[in-house]
Parts: sequence; structure tokens; C-alpha cells
Amino acid sequence: MALMTCQEAALAALAHEMQEDPTIWALGEDLGRGGVFGQYRGLQQRFGAERIVDTPISEATIMGAAVGAAMMGTRPVVEMRIADFALCAVDELVNQAAKARFMFGGQAKVPLVARHPMGTWKNLAAQHSQSLEAWWVHVPGLVVAAPATPADCAGLLKSSIRCDDPVVLLEHKDLWTYAAEVDEALPPVPLGVAECARDGRDLTLVTWSAARHLALAAADAAAATGIEVEVLDLRTLWPWDRGAVLGSVSRTRRLLVLHEAVQVAGFGAEIAATVAETLGSILAAPVRRLGAPRVPIAYAPPLEAVYRIDQGRVLATIQGLVRG
Amino acid sequence: MSEATVQPTGPVLEGANDAMLARLIAHQRTMARIRAFEEAAAEAAAAGEVLGLVHPSIGQEAVAAGVCANLERHDLVTSTHRGHGHTLAKGADLAATMAELFGKASGFCKGKGGSMHIADFSVGMLGANGVVAAGIPIAVGAAQALKLRRLPGVAVTFFGDGATNRGPFFESLNWAALFRLPVLFVCEDNGFGSTTRNEAVSAGPGPAARAEACGVPARTVDGSDVAAVDEAAAALLAEIRASGSPRLLHARTHRFLGHTSIDAQGYRSADELAACRKSDPIAFNAARLRALGCADAEISAIAAAAGGEVAAAVAAARAAPHAPSHEAFADIQDIGGGLWR
Repeated sequence: MALMTCQEAALAALAHEMQEDPTIWALGEDLGRGGVFGQYRGLQQRFGAERIVDTPISEATIMGAAVGAAMMGTRPVVEMRIADFALCAVDELVNQAAKARFMFGGQAKVPLVARHPMGTWKNLAAQHSQSLEAWWVHVPGLVVAAPATPADCAGLLKSSIRCDDPVVLLEHKDLWTYAAEVDEALPPVPLGVAECARDGRDLTLVTWSAARHLALAAADAAAATGIEVEVLDLRTLWPWDRGAVLGSVSRTRRLLVLHEAVQVAGFGAEIAATVAETLGSILAAPVRRLGAPRVPIAYAPPLEAVYRIDQGRVLATIQGLVRG
Repeated sequence: MSEATVQPTGPVLEGANDAMLARLIAHQRTMARIRAFEEAAAEAAAAGEVLGLVHPSIGQEAVAAGVCANLERHDLVTSTHRGHGHTLAKGADLAATMAELFGKASGFCKGKGGSMHIADFSVGMLGANGVVAAGIPIAVGAAQALKLRRLPGVAVTFFGDGATNRGPFFESLNWAALFRLPVLFVCEDNGFGSTTRNEAVSAGPGPAARAEACGVPARTVDGSDVAAVDEAAAALLAEIRASGSPRLLHARTHRFLGHTSIDAQGYRSADELAACRKSDPIAFNAARLRALGCADAEISAIAAAAGGEVAAAVAAARAAPHAPSHEAFADIQDIGGGLWR
């Protein structure tokens, strides 16, 4: 075991995959100098400018070229720099990458990874801070993953690169420097499998990405008041691990979904609805969601704070669900 | 430029010889097949047998024929919503193309794509596209993959004049020049973006100048003259294969029918339409063939053969079954395949 940050783990995972498979290459802005978050540091020196490609600021063509290159036998890793900028390449992701295999009757697959650094970080305000995972989950053809730990950042990146589907990999900007113990082999983490981050009998808290850490902190605080919360980190949002969620809620009979994204039409709604449809008759309390209010993300800290969910709110919601 | 300004440069080709004659006959065959295919497709659309929207390239066949005559099987093509001609000229099976328009299981895409998403990867035809300009970066990336894998070949991307006002066109020109990619950009300039005259919505001197501004050498040709297109495409492709760098071919052509087969073109006068039909690439090439000594019977046999092949394709497509409904759930994704809700 070793202590690694998400940045170090993801970097090591990409380097490993590129070493193993010469058809893997990465393209995006500023990759030669290591990427905005250091997630490509040293790779251009090691693999050359043809495989770690510094591109112009041309998001549509970064993504569109990756689609063509993926259909022609390579595995592009597409760096979108900031998740919000991926919106300049939505046609290429949604109409092209996600649909090519189907539209062409299975003649082509599109094995690419679109890396979207997501979420609030350093008060970057409304155009650099969004969590838009629900948009991508809505699109048939895409796999969507959102790791929260160094092991998962590495392991899901490996699985995303190896898989033949287009994957949107949402990497939270606030987690690049988050460090934890990892297996130095950085084993691939299967797509579609949740991780039980904490066992508990009283309530199931389903979450992903940076909110995992908020959930665990709130669960610790709840434990001090005698409530045992089970924290499930979905890790992959499509396909999501409904077996793990329904199994857990069958035991705890209570569900809270927590995510950083706007709550309205957020992916939490899908989980809450599925649990209500499937297990409604055995629930001890109504399902609950906690997400951000539907406001653009402000710059100034007191205004940005409106968007964020704090531990106190999570704890109060847990207590309300368990104690009524 | 008004629609009537492009005139064929005269029927007799300088220095014509047997090889050239054979090539012109091959072009005639390609164009005749495209014409017959699209006339039948439009007819089937009117009859309700072909659904969705059909975008005929009737009048523009010389561009597909002249460019694709210079491509090898391993060369790649991306196309547009008006893509039947490119598909057939690149060597895709005509019957499977027609079956796709009919939405049948025997179509290239099992009926999942239809006219706007026709593709035949076995001949390097990487897809028509329902989004204007979307095929351009895909071709650029395909060329980048060829280069990365040290494979031979070029990628040709066909697009209309309307696409030259979209960002991916500019981005891709810059990209292909910057990374020295073997891409031939082919602007099929029929003067209309959908139903709007391109000159009404475009500033500056046009696609060739835009390419040159990005460091991509360009040539403009009479896109109604298949020999001119052939010659220019051959020259540009030779430069691309030698240098590994992109080129742009601006082919000025004419769309005889509307944006779709149900567009009656109320926005064009009868005079304009009649003038544009005088630039029929098939009639023009036929006149040239006759001037070079080709018998009328041989020329009409080409059209008759194309008509027969298309009629058989229509009959086969009509008789073919649809794919079973479970196919609507297939070819989507591996991870999570089998989960629909």
C-alpha cells in the first residue's frame, strides 16, 4: 500500500495504460506541460507529442476528432480541461460519440474517455464549477463514472480506457490533491459497481464524487448520536449499481441521496424514484434527496455557500429520517 | 455568385486518349447509378416507402464521382445528410444502401440509421451525418488515427457550403494543417444552406479563402464537370499523399431538387431552376463522351444498366423484412448493455 493523491493515482494509471497499449493517446489543451491539474505530468516527455497531444482551444474538434480516431482503431483520452467547457463539444459527444455505434448498426464502436474535471473548487464561479452528470446519464450510449478516491480515480480510468464504449469520466477538481492509501498496482475498478464506504443498519446514504467525503463525515457525526448510516458510493452513474442500492435499502428501509449537483432533475431523482417504485411498501420513511438549489454558482464565498450542502444539513436530514 | 455563372468549359477534353475515355465512361456509370438511386429514393419517399427526410444530391453527382474515383478502398470518407452519392461512389453496395433507406434489416445499419446515417465501414465510408459540419472533425480524427498507427490512406470529408459557417469547419482546417494530417476537405457548394442562399449569410470570399487563411492550400473547380473534379482531386490527393498535409477542394455545383425531396423550392424562380439544370453533370459528360466518339447506344446503356440495378434494389428492399424489434436495444453499449431504465 502507498499514500497517493487522486492526481498521482490517475497519472500513474494513464501512464500504465499507455505503456501497455500503443493505440491509447490523449488530446487536450496544455497537456504537454502536464495538464491543468498535473494529471498528465511528464507523459509527453515519456510518450511523445504524437500521443500526448497539445491541442488548440477547439473543444468541438478535440471531441470530434476523438470520435473519428476511436472509430479508426485507437483509444483516445479526451481532456476537456473543465467540465463546463465540454459544453462546447456536446454535439460531438451526444450526437456523434454516443450514437455512432447504434446509428451505424454496430459497424463501429467508439472507445474513448472524455475526462470532465467537475465541481466547485477555488471559487471559480458559474462557468467553471458545475456538476452536470445528470445530462450525460440521460444519453443512451454513454457510460458515466464519477470517482471520489485515489484508488477509484486510477481504477475507473483504467476500466474506462479499456472499455469499448464512450465514457464520461467526471473527476472532481477538489479531489485532485486528496490523498489516501492505495494498492500500488492500482487495479482496475469495474464500471457499474458501487462501493460500500461504510456499513450501517439505520439508513442508506447513496452518493458519489466529492459528496462521498461529506457523507462519510456526516455518518461519523450521526454515529456519535447513535445512528448507523450505510454510505454507498455509486462510483459509476450509468450503469448504476441498483442491486447494491436496493439491497442496502432493503435492510435499512431508509434512503437519502446526496449529491453536489442541482437537486432538480439531478441523478438523485432517478435513484429516489427507483427505490420508491421498488421498495416503497417496506420503507420506514419517505425517500429523501439532498442536492444544490437550482441557482448558478456564485463567486463570492458567502454566495457560493448557498449552493453547497454542509455537514450540518446532512446530519439533520439523517436524524430526521431515522428519528422522525 | 449567381446560380447561372458556372458553365461547363466545353465538351472536348484536351489530349483525350483511350484511358481518359475509359475513365470518363466510369464516371458516367458512377453518376448514373447515383442519379437513378436518388430518383428512386425520392419516388419511394413520395410513396411513403422511404420515411424521414431524403436529401437528394441530384445535379451534384460529379463531385462524388470525380473525387472518389481517386480513392483506394482503405481511404476514408465522411459525408453529410446529402450523402447517397458519396456512399455509392466510395464503393458501398447499392442494394444495401437502398435497403437502409427502406429501413430494412438488410440495410447497412439494419434500418437503425436510414438515409442520414448511412455508413459502410467495409469500404471506409464512415458515415453520413445529420448534423451540418459534424463529419469534418470526425474525418480529421480518422486521419490522425491513420497517422498514429502508421497506416496508409487519406480521409476525405464532404460537406456543403452551409457547413463553412460552422465552427468545426474552421477548427478542423486549423487542426489538420497544424498536425499535418492527410485530409481532403471537399466543399460541395450548391449555393444553398438548406433553403437559404449561402451568399446571403456568408461574408468574405468563400471556402477556398477560408482554407488558405488556415494554411490549407485550396482549389476551386466547376463541380458540374466530372473531368475537372477528377483532375483537381487527383492533383490535391497526390499532394496530400506526398506531403501528409491537408488540401481543400471547392466544387461549385448545382442542387436541382430542394433541400429535401419534399421541398418544392418556392424560393427559386423557374428561370433559375431551368438555368441550373443546364449544368447537368451527366448530360454534360455524355456530350463529351459523344464528342470523343462514344456511341449513343453505349451511353444510354449505362443509364439503362443503372436503372435496372436500382429497380432490382428497390424491389429487394421492398420485399426485405424489418429487423426484429429487439434490435432497437442492440448496438448501444457494452457496459450496461441490457439496462434500459
